[in-house]
Amino acid sequence: MNASDDRSAAGREGLNRPLGETSDDRSAAGREGLNRPLGETSDDRSAAGREGPDRPRQAHRPIVEARGIHKHFGPLHVLRGVDLVVAERELVFVIGPSGSGKSTLLRCLNRLEEPSSGSVMVDGIDLLDRRTDLNAARQRIGMVFQSFNLYPHMTALGNVALALRKVQGKARAEAEARAMAALERVHLADRAGHYPGQLSGGQQQRVAIARAIALEPRVMLFDEPTSALDPELVGGVLQAMRELREGGMTMVVVSHEMGFARAAADRVVFMADGAVVEEGPPAQVFGAPREARTRAFLGQVERA
Amino acid sequence: MSGWDRFLDSFFNLRVAAEYLPKIIDGFWLTILLAACIIATGLAAGLGLAVLRALGIRPLNWLIVFVVDLFRALPPLVVIALLYFGLPAAGVQLSGFAATWLSLSLVLMAFAEEILWAGITATPKGQWEAARSTGLSFLQTLGWVVLPQAVRMVIPPLTNRTIAITKGTALGSVVAVSEILGAAQAGVSFSFNPTPLTLGALAYVVLFFPVVILGRWVETRFAWKR
Repeated sequence: MNASDDRSAAGREGLNRPLGETSDDRSAAGREGLNRPLGETSDDRSAAGREGPDRPRQAHRPIVEARGIHKHFGPLHVLRGVDLVVAERELVFVIGPSGSGKSTLLRCLNRLEEPSSGSVMVDGIDLLDRRTDLNAARQRIGMVFQSFNLYPHMTALGNVALALRKVQGKARAEAEARAMAALERVHLADRAGHYPGQLSGGQQQRVAIARAIALEPRVMLFDEPTSALDPELVGGVLQAMRELREGGMTMVVVSHEMGFARAAADRVVFMADGAVVEEGPPAQVFGAPREARTRAFLGQVERA
Repeated sequence: MSGWDRFLDSFFNLRVAAEYLPKIIDGFWLTILLAACIIATGLAAGLGLAVLRALGIRPLNWLIVFVVDLFRALPPLVVIALLYFGLPAAGVQLSGFAATWLSLSLVLMAFAEEILWAGITATPKGQWEAARSTGLSFLQTLGWVVLPQAVRMVIPPLTNRTIAITKGTALGSVVAVSEILGAAQAGVSFSFNPTPLTLGALAYVVLFFPVVILGRWVETRFAWKR
């Protein structure tokens, strides 16, 4: 309980941070988190109180519970027994070198990739059970892709409204009203009538976020959401993610945005060679990594 | 009679033209009807096969590929002749119209399937993943996300092929369909003058020029905004 309060307090701290902040501030935040004593109570409680009545505290039961995930691609053993448990409202950041299996792990969480073995429970639904209605389950799991994957033949509004109409069976008017509300949440209501080709990469990615959150998912998966963006467009996408986080969304993010991870993540998972090498609060993983493999990776990232 | 006069008398004989124009006009409407039937059934069947193939049932796909390759390989005239002259031996007597319709539909189906399949496979995998991740089923994804993009991509080859095969309606003249060419040839044999053929050529231009223009319009109309 205390640990989780701690997390949300740290998360909020990161979220309120203005855009374009320097790395000095980030490491300061990291130190702050690091120095916070484990058993701290009073401050955190009042912090929780400040969240207001619209964010009732809930028991932090796991939303995502992946256990012993193995994945083979032919002779390649891409995931070697990975566990990933994500509590409600938690923001988990998965980092690691390319080929470490982090994207594959993420794609196992909504069964875009079929794990070779293991179990995946999302919001109490066994995703690997043959009897599970996968299409129903996937509405609870939003996903945002590196290359946006907007439907080019539909407007931004059409992109967001499609699943509302075809999967949730809403009438056109209601679907479009909800789609519009989702676009407003990513500050793109004024682009509703634009086609993806008429939007910048950052705007496209925010439409993709709106497309996922319009279905009111229980958890959002981000697969390198800013990797395909020009640097000046990254901020808007991170801002949208930050606001999503403020709204209490449970998120699993695969990304190389280490600054964002330090500021916003509750927990950082470092993967290498298809296994979790180390995990912990960002301050610990970035500030005082235990494993040599983590130190080597972070050293390389920082040099870049 | 000079050579030029003979030429005019043979190919632009106004008396013969006036006499056979009504027949050619009848043939014109019949060609339109035949072409419309072929386009409707051929494209629909091609789309149906492409969707079936997308389901990825392996033995079924072998069958589809075999049928498609067969009808792409056979000259359309051979198919028409087989259906018209061969099927009666099996107790099925098709009219010339039906034999031409069926044959050319099968040929258009084969080409349309192959072209649409190319469009489906050329649609980025990410489109499937994005749609499926929002809970759309396989068929919903195919219908609402992939096919609209695939069709747009392949509209130029599809219109080309459709025009080429509907021009094959002229082959119906071989099995006594009095479409444009059939009517023109009948006119030639009755009048001992090839002017009806000139009329026929004119009728094809009048018919297919708008179709070609329409094809261009469809290409621009369905290109999405960038």
